[in-house]
Parts: sequence; C-alpha cells; structure tokens
Amino acid sequence: MTQKGTWVLVKRVVLQPEERPLTLPKDTLNTPLLMWVKGHLLKDSEIGDQVQIRTLTGRLEQGELIEVNPTYHHDFGDYVPELQVIDTLVKFELFGGDSDE
Amino acid sequence: MSNSSNYQDLLARKNEIMKKSIGIDYSLFELSPIAFDYEKMMKETGYSLSEMRQIQLEHGVGKTPLKELKNITSLARKVAKPGYGARIFMKDEALNDSGSFKARRASIACYHAKKLGYKGVIAATSGNYGAAVASQAAKYGLRCIIVQECYDSKGIGQPEIVEKARACEAYGAEVIQLSVGPELFYVFLKLLEETGYFNASLYTSFGVSGIETLGVELIEDSLRLTGKVPDMVVITNAGGGNLTGTARGILQATNYPVQIVGASVNLKGLHMASDTDFNRKSFTTGHTGFGIPFITNPDRSDVPRSGARPLRYIDRYVTVNQGEVFFMTETLSVLEGIERGPAGNTSLAAAFSLAQELKQDQIIIVQETEYTGAGKHHQAQLSFARRNGIEIFFGNPEEEIPGKNIILPSSLDCIKARDLNLIEIKESYLSNALKTATVVSELDLHYLSNEINEPIEFISNYLQSKKIKLEGKNGNQIHKAR
Repeated sequence: MTQKGTWVLVKRVVLQPEERPLTLPKDTLNTPLLMWVKGHLLKDSEIGDQVQIRTLTGRLEQGELIEVNPTYHHDFGDYVPELQVIDTLVKFELFGGDSDE
Repeated sequence: MSNSSNYQDLLARKNEIMKKSIGIDYSLFELSPIAFDYEKMMKETGYSLSEMRQIQLEHGVGKTPLKELKNITSLARKVAKPGYGARIFMKDEALNDSGSFKARRASIACYHAKKLGYKGVIAATSGNYGAAVASQAAKYGLRCIIVQECYDSKGIGQPEIVEKARACEAYGAEVIQLSVGPELFYVFLKLLEETGYFNASLYTSFGVSGIETLGVELIEDSLRLTGKVPDMVVITNAGGGNLTGTARGILQATNYPVQIVGASVNLKGLHMASDTDFNRKSFTTGHTGFGIPFITNPDRSDVPRSGARPLRYIDRYVTVNQGEVFFMTETLSVLEGIERGPAGNTSLAAAFSLAQELKQDQIIIVQETEYTGAGKHHQAQLSFARRNGIEIFFGNPEEEIPGKNIILPSSLDCIKARDLNLIEIKESYLSNALKTATVVSELDLHYLSNEINEPIEFISNYLQSKKIKLEGKNGNQIHKAR
C-alpha cells in the first residue's frame, strides 16, 4: 500500500481516439492522448488504483497510480564506438599521425 | 457562457483565454484581415533594450563569452580552398542560468508576468525553454507549469525531453507530460483557464525581443575580440524566434550588412504529429519539422500574432543532416574541450561548411550553444536511435534518410550546409498569408513586402500569377504596383 502524502506519478487518458482530430496521422489517431503528472497522493492507495493527487502548484489531478517516488532513469546510453572513430579522424586531420604522443 | 472543458468548447474560447493569460489585446495591432503592425506590437508590448539588459543581468542571463574555435577553424581550413576558411567564433549561451539562450526569452516573460501580478507562468514546450522558464520563475517566486510532448503511445520517452522534464523539476516546476499530438494546445489552454497563470509563450514580443540582447552582444564581443563586425552569423532555426530576435539585436548594434543564416537539421519525411515517427528522430528541436512550417506560417503559434517572423531578416536558410551535427558535437568536445548539447550545435555544423565559403580574414559566429547531460548527450541520442532500429554508419551524409539512418561524415569535405530555396519558401509564406484573400490592398502589399523582405514588385507579380486582385487606396484596381 502507498500512504497518503507520498510523491507519485499518475497517468490518464486526456482524449480517447474517437475524440481526436481527424487531421492526425493514422498511427496517432488510433491511440488515445495520454498524460503523465506527478503529485502527492490524497488517500492511501495501491498501484493501479484510480487516485487523486495534489500537484506542485496545488492543483488536483487524477489518474491511474503507476509509480511511487518516481525518479529519473535516463542516462548516457550504450557505448557508441563511432564517436572514437570521429575523435581519431579529426585529430589526425588536424595534428597528423603523432597526435597520441 | 459555457465553462465546458470539452475539446471543441475550449478551443472556441481560445481568444478570450489568450487575452487574459497574456494581457495583450492583439486586435489593437490589426490593420486588415491580412496585415498587422508588427513594429508597433513589438514596441508597445515589449521593453527597451537597456531595460532588457538590466533585467537579464540581474537574473543570471546574458554576457556569455564569445569563444574563438581555433582548432575547428584550422580543421575547416584543411578542406577549404587556399585562402579560405573564416575565423569561427561561438557564443557560449549554455552558460546562461538553465543552460541555453532560451533564458533570454524566459527572463523577460517572467519579469513581465511578475510585474503584472500573475501568480504563476505556464509554457508549452518540449525544449530548453521549459527549463529556462522554470529557472526564471524560481527567481521571482512564481509558480510554474511546463507542458511537454514527451512520450509515444507506448510510454517510451525521448531521452532529451525526459532530461528537460528533470531540469524543469529541478527548478521547482510542475511538469505535465503528454503523448504525441497537437492537442497539447488543448491541455495548455485548459491549464491557462484553470490557473489564471501567465502564458509565457515563446512567441510574444517578450519571448522574442529578449533575444535582441544576444544580437547586440555578438557585435560588441566581436568588435572587442577582433576589432571587426562579423561577416556572417549562423542561427539554429526552429520556431523562428531565435533568428528574429538575434537579427533585430544585430540591426540595433550595427549598420554593417551582417549576413543572417538560419540553419536547421533536416528531418524531411518525418511527420511531427506521428506517434511512430516521434522516437525515430534524434533531434527534438532546431529541425525542419518546426523550421519550415513556422517560417512559412508564423502565426500558427500559441499567440494570435507571433513576434517571431524570420523571413523579415533571413538571408540564407541552410540544412545539415543529423549525422553531421553529431559529428561536429563530438569534434567540439575533443578539439576545443567544450562539451555541449547536439541541437545547439546545428549552427556549428553549418558554420563549419559556410566558413569555407569565406576568406580567412572574415568572421563567422555560431550564435548559441546549449548544455548537455544524460539524455541530451549525443551518445545518449545515438544509442537511443540504434535501439530503435536506426542504422548508424559512416558515409556521405547527403544520403541520410531521417528515421531510417544516421550517416556520420566519412571525411571532412562531405560536411555541407545545403541551401534551401528561399524564394520558394517566401512564395509558400505568401500562399499561407493569402489563403482566403481575393483582394489585396496597397497597405497589405507593403506589409507582405516587409514580411518576406522582398520588393513590392515581387509581391505584385505573385498576386498576378495567382489572379488575386490588388486594390488602390480608392478601391481602384492596380495591376502592377510601383
């Protein structure tokens, strides 16, 4: 159970596919417009529940509770070997073959 | 009056919501169904240059260093014709509070919001502007909401936008994240109405004129460092505010005809409202997906009349490919010891090529940089692309197909700024501006001439070719204006 007052992430549907403008590309039109927002939980709840939260600006929002104490997981990605090839290429062009010495 | 937040009902209240959230009555500047008084709007709703410089200096913005990229200049000279390869300088705008030139725009918008007594600010942006507004709002004790398009329908976030959300939250803002779709505007309007906050749009006079200080600084810095005014300034172009504001600043600082070049990443073929294309692009701003629609139709923005009107100032519009920008981002890091975000280096990639058209004693300025970090870093973007099935290899970037591959240049001489046809773009602007027009007045003719920076004859020829009538002051039909 997640206690009232916990910092959480909720998700909800803003527009169902049939409510979206027909001018959208097909792939987008077939999906709902989704929204994610964070805030403090107003009542004790479980993941997957429809909940209400109070956001940082004091607004009330509601949606499905999907994450508790949400944080960031973005990073610098996997190693991309091509970047070192670029380093070698530009250093060689500028300084010649002895750039490592 | 209905207060329904139903999609259509809310859109119908757009003008009313906008007026309340910006505090500007745009109808005061309208001259005809086609024309409006741009200069009057910029003057009467904005701030003077000296006021803006003061506001910015007191809030961690401006006076960023102009740095000579000596090694990159030498590198360009390796492939340029003998005697060619201008000195390349870069305005290190990443050093503004919040890490980009967007702080210049946000600083004026937030100052204005505070002055008018708004309790908070809202901006619809997936870019650096979000962090800029959040950072400036923090300084004034304003509440802040940033609305961004961040995820595809499967919930997979573009790493760069995820990072921007983190930055906004670091400065204390509430971030609303959406899946792909232009109805972001609907959510934005709904929030404006619900909160009564100020619309810190990128496209108001404040949002655009805040960048004029950058144009002025470029000239002052260049004179101080080299004793000369730059010959060319290269500006990454998306919504057009960066180019417009910088050019307006340059015009206030010098009479010398500095060549203004816009540069965008070529994302031809990718649809900006497509859920599947969303995570197949490695640039979320500075690209043609924004650059072309906005330059040909500036008033498609979130305000009735946009302050960003790049065709008034642009001399050339070039594109570079994603692989070229990543290549130059890495080069900036290993040859100059300056690690910056890729989107801001769009103009650097273009400048590397354009410098080779200029002589060695000439000066070219790359007008901005942006911060880098997790998600925004070029390795994060390349790695994300590879995971999404985009092929990455060395070759001729000219053959790059956005959404399918990223071609890193296999040699320096295949890094090319490719000119877009500015005349076609101007005609496309006219087509949009005159979409419903059957008759054009003399006043409209002058307005359109200013809008695209072409002589009256250019406009009247266009009207003739489209069989649009031209009326004189007395309603007389003029076939060819003089």
